[in-house]
Amino acid sequence: MSQIAGHLEPYLVLSGMLFAIGSFGFLARRNAISMLMSIELMLNAVNLAALAFGAFIPSLAGQGAAFALLIIAVAAAEATVGLAIVIAIFRNRKTPLVDEYDTMRQ
Amino acid sequence: MPLPDVIPFIGLGWSDVLFLILSGVVLAAAFAVVFGRDIIKSGLFLILTLGALAGIYVMLGAAIVAGAQVLVYIGAISVLILFAIMLTQSKLAPVKLAFQTQVTPAALAAVLLAVLFGLAFGSTEWGSTVFTDTPAATGTAPVAAALFGPYLLAFEIASVLILAAVIGGLYLAMEPKGDDVGEELP
Repeated sequence: MSQIAGHLEPYLVLSGMLFAIGSFGFLARRNAISMLMSIELMLNAVNLAALAFGAFIPSLAGQGAAFALLIIAVAAAEATVGLAIVIAIFRNRKTPLVDEYDTMRQ
Repeated sequence: MPLPDVIPFIGLGWSDVLFLILSGVVLAAAFAVVFGRDIIKSGLFLILTLGALAGIYVMLGAAIVAGAQVLVYIGAISVLILFAIMLTQSKLAPVKLAFQTQVTPAALAAVLLAVLFGLAFGSTEWGSTVFTDTPAATGTAPVAAALFGPYLLAFEIASVLILAAVIGGLYLAMEPKGDDVGEELP
């Protein structure tokens, strides 16, 4: 018998909390790589929600995992390009802090 | 002697306890990623978060996604992030000043988002199945049927996207040739 692990809602709540933590990190951190790590947290929260729907709703069986695999592929592409951009900017500005990337504001 | 179905004195099943442990690890490590002052430790805690999430994926019966999570996220993306951290942390990057000035609005927005999620999850009737234990593992056949049936176009676009990302990442990470590329005026 299980009172928690056999229901849909605990997984969704965990996913929502993880997404909120990731959004806070994305909005609040100064380091560009920390922001990318927060984006990975948010993508994983979405993955968890998709898998939970696929597991608990019979008409979505298999589709949740297919969505999650596609999201993982897109996240890998996003991490590659994002980190390459951060390294390219770092080569110019010598800092990874996003609030010092202010050339276009001057 | 077999283990009892329900843990004595708590009233929770074994899978409940496993879910609580894994979700506690996920949330604690995610907080450490977001609030940590030392960014290399943030990267290592990100690996811990992703590993515990892979455990939750296995509990949801999606072992193929858990394997992809371990291979792609822990094996590739985390290593990429750790390399980027090591390439970009210089003496000029202060470890102490981790947060921007907008940290209070960001915290408010995140709390508001969590409350909205809670309200939405609580007030929606999902029509979901209730399992007596964790959801039964369905194997990979329904995943393959979905991925190579209705989502075949998305699958192909994802492969083209990865190719484009590899080429773009190589181009962006190349050393710029000549003096006029990427130089900033004084």
